[in-house]
Amino acid sequence: MKLTKGKINELLTQPGCEHNHKKEGEGKNKSCTQQAQPGSAQGGCAFDGASIALVPITDAAHLVHGSIACSGNTWGSRGSLSSGPNTYKMGFTTDLSENDVIFGGEKKLYQAIGQLITRYHPAAVFVYSTCVTALIGDDLDAVCKAASNKFETPIVPVHAPGFVGSKNLGNRLGGEALLDYVVGTREPEYTTPYDINLIGEYNIAGEMWGVIPLLEKAGFRVLSKITGDARYNEVCYAHRAKLNVMICSKALINMATAMKERYDIPFIEESFYGVADMNRCLRNIAAFFGDAALQERVENLIEEQTLKLDIALAPYRQRLEGKRMVLYTGGVKSWSIVSAAQDLGIEVVATSTKKSTEEDKARIKQLLGQDGIMLEKGSPEELLRVIEKTKADLLVAGGRNQYTALKARIPFLDVNQERHHPYAGYVGMVEMARELDEAVHSPIWRQVRQAAPWEIWQQEHESLLHLEAE
Amino acid sequence: MTTILSPNKSLSVNPLKMSQPLGAALAFLGLKGMMPLFHGAQGCTAFAKVVLVRHFRESIPLSTTAMTEVSTILGGEDHVEQAILTIVDKYKPQVIGLLTTGLTETRGDDMGGILQVIRERNPKLNNLPIIFVSTPDYKGSLQDGYTAAIESIVSTDYGSFTPDQPLMASVGMQPQVTILCSSSLSPGDVEELKAIVEGFGLTPIMIPDLSRSLDGHLEDNPHTVTTGGTTLTQLQQLNRSCFTLAVGESMRKAAQILEQRFGTKYEVFSRLAGLDGVDAFLWRLSQIITSRCDHHFPIIPNIPAYLQRQRRQLQDTILDTHFYFGGKKVVLALEPDLLHQTAWLLNSMGAKIQGAVTTTKSPLLEDLPIETVIIGDLEDLEDLAVGCDLVITNSHGGPIAKRLHAPLYRMGYPVFDQLGNGQRCLVGYRGTMQFLFDVGNILLEEEVKHSPCSSTYVNS
Repeated sequence: MKLTKGKINELLTQPGCEHNHKKEGEGKNKSCTQQAQPGSAQGGCAFDGASIALVPITDAAHLVHGSIACSGNTWGSRGSLSSGPNTYKMGFTTDLSENDVIFGGEKKLYQAIGQLITRYHPAAVFVYSTCVTALIGDDLDAVCKAASNKFETPIVPVHAPGFVGSKNLGNRLGGEALLDYVVGTREPEYTTPYDINLIGEYNIAGEMWGVIPLLEKAGFRVLSKITGDARYNEVCYAHRAKLNVMICSKALINMATAMKERYDIPFIEESFYGVADMNRCLRNIAAFFGDAALQERVENLIEEQTLKLDIALAPYRQRLEGKRMVLYTGGVKSWSIVSAAQDLGIEVVATSTKKSTEEDKARIKQLLGQDGIMLEKGSPEELLRVIEKTKADLLVAGGRNQYTALKARIPFLDVNQERHHPYAGYVGMVEMARELDEAVHSPIWRQVRQAAPWEIWQQEHESLLHLEAE
Repeated sequence: MTTILSPNKSLSVNPLKMSQPLGAALAFLGLKGMMPLFHGAQGCTAFAKVVLVRHFRESIPLSTTAMTEVSTILGGEDHVEQAILTIVDKYKPQVIGLLTTGLTETRGDDMGGILQVIRERNPKLNNLPIIFVSTPDYKGSLQDGYTAAIESIVSTDYGSFTPDQPLMASVGMQPQVTILCSSSLSPGDVEELKAIVEGFGLTPIMIPDLSRSLDGHLEDNPHTVTTGGTTLTQLQQLNRSCFTLAVGESMRKAAQILEQRFGTKYEVFSRLAGLDGVDAFLWRLSQIITSRCDHHFPIIPNIPAYLQRQRRQLQDTILDTHFYFGGKKVVLALEPDLLHQTAWLLNSMGAKIQGAVTTTKSPLLEDLPIETVIIGDLEDLEDLAVGCDLVITNSHGGPIAKRLHAPLYRMGYPVFDQLGNGQRCLVGYRGTMQFLFDVGNILLEEEVKHSPCSSTYVNS
């Protein structure tokens, strides 16, 4: 894959992505093409995004061709879990030195791939370019091709140097690498009429494991997981699925659209968060196959699960009823978590719409009602202001805002990719309810807000002290 | 003399090393009212932030010039300027620490020139110190970046000190010393060090003072820059110090810079844990006090009573714990300063250093209680560690220790699976005791676990 301006534009203007539907037909929609602002930008880069999308392939080695920061500062930190191989957790890098920067790093990369394969025998190697190697012009494609022939192992070049754009663009560049080098290269042992792929679910905190048994029970087979807890092989034969189910994110929409074009696989977008969404997801997949027996099985499953869930959630619903929550998270999660929270009787008083599409925003509006606040921008100060104004009981956000809340002594729950507990599916719903309950009702809040006895004494005797001073 | 091996590997596996910009940012975070600014792609900053946030469990102020493909080709001047102006506008820092990354170093931005032009164009920045340091990712390690930032901090001119109000009584009355704190010192270590120096009746200026910024504390109001650390006023008064105590060999050059600028004499202490190391440090502190007195009437060196008591406690601790250290085979993978201090401490307890891995060059590496040291990664450590009794490295050592069936003691950066890294203190007599208890307990537990009679004992 050559990384050209045209390619990047194409990825940023995916027709299936709501971000690109122009607002009232005027101008460009900014979300995807927006440039990071010097001095205020906060997020990760394209390399970060590509790693997020690809590293969950567990039996592959992920080799970072660049200077130490890109691998040394990041390896092993992703929350994506594996049910088997752990090769993906290892940090591999060419650790470029000044000499390599001057004379080029291609030879070193070739040798590194050789050493890696000889010692660790991975199913495949993903080689990531970075700012420095892109800048010095190392020919990643050529090295990977030569090494692939020599060492008889699939080697996939990933062109996502940090400076080309945001994390979001990086996700899609990761997807492009899969489309160009992986999908369609092998055949599954067998297929069934109900084969589906999951796209954009990375098995953070093992979330996928709460959902796959449900899908199987309903009668679907997950052919390929792209990419949570995936083996390289299953991504290779993803082109034999009957349906692509995109989970909670348009990050890999380029994969869904390309697979529709190339292999005629339709796609739907679903969420695993919250009862309503989980139900809808199962029903939509069954509806796609249009098989009456399958649909009946799904209905039975939903009935059985909701019944169990109602019993499990009852005590939490009682304790969370009427609590006020501010939600600050990206994209689809901004409404899928709203609906999950409302299931529990929590009132969502404000949510972010920074990364949301027009479609997302419409759903949020509908869910929040009249008084709900939609945050377009979310600086820490702005978040705290809204929390104060709405008298919210807790903030639900990503890890980056954790300390904004904690330092302000406000209950907090992490719902982004660094979290350690699964919230997806019916099981996840109970977990989320339990954690929301613990966050809000923890006995610590009184202590961290409490003034010291001498401070209280001083406040009470302020006037007295003034008199004495005079 | 220890032989230093730097194997010419094309592939680094499970890196131990972290990047220079991350180290420089850490040093900058020890100044008050600071906003570190990375000149590079936004990922450079995001990754460093994640590491520091996970290690300290604190909000970490960092910002980025957010270089793009186009600005990388055309030059980053505008991005630096825009970033500085935005930061000043939004966060109102008292000082900015500007550092480069692999991206901008490869491009070769002329930072001196860029900063000059920015200053000429924006007179409102006149009173804002911008400390600049060059930290390419493709050279050196966290310790090198940290050290480079300290050298920039002590080289920068902060203008002379003109007090708005009369000098505080303590300044001028008590002799002031500058303490240079290397990257091996945690906020808790810096706190302990400061308390020791103050205990002698000296006024310390800590550079940097992580014990006021990354120690983990609650503030009454939300903030976006560091709320504590070395203040600008302190930096303006560096010339008043009568002595520089450099803790960590990596601080030597910074101490020399202070000597050149202000004629301040210095001494380097390569370790501050273990009886000998702490003794030497306290002895020097007492000398600083005595040397200010009339030489005709020498006074008896006055070591604070609580420290003399701690010394006896440490000696007792050494006695109690030595059973578990004697003959134990330990492997270490740490940055040079920390490696030197820890290896000698273990050696002084009768443990054997089975293997040592480090990240970067240092004169200290020639003086380790082991024949060879490797400048390498955690794959090298794993190869060296077969049959060892204890692994000492950062949290990434977890899976390795598990494969080796050896316990792990966490040290260095990052430590993400353990609480309290901001408060942890492993220097001074007190810190040494803590280390001996912590590691001793691990070794004791292992002995019980592997003792042949333990299973029958449990069953009976």
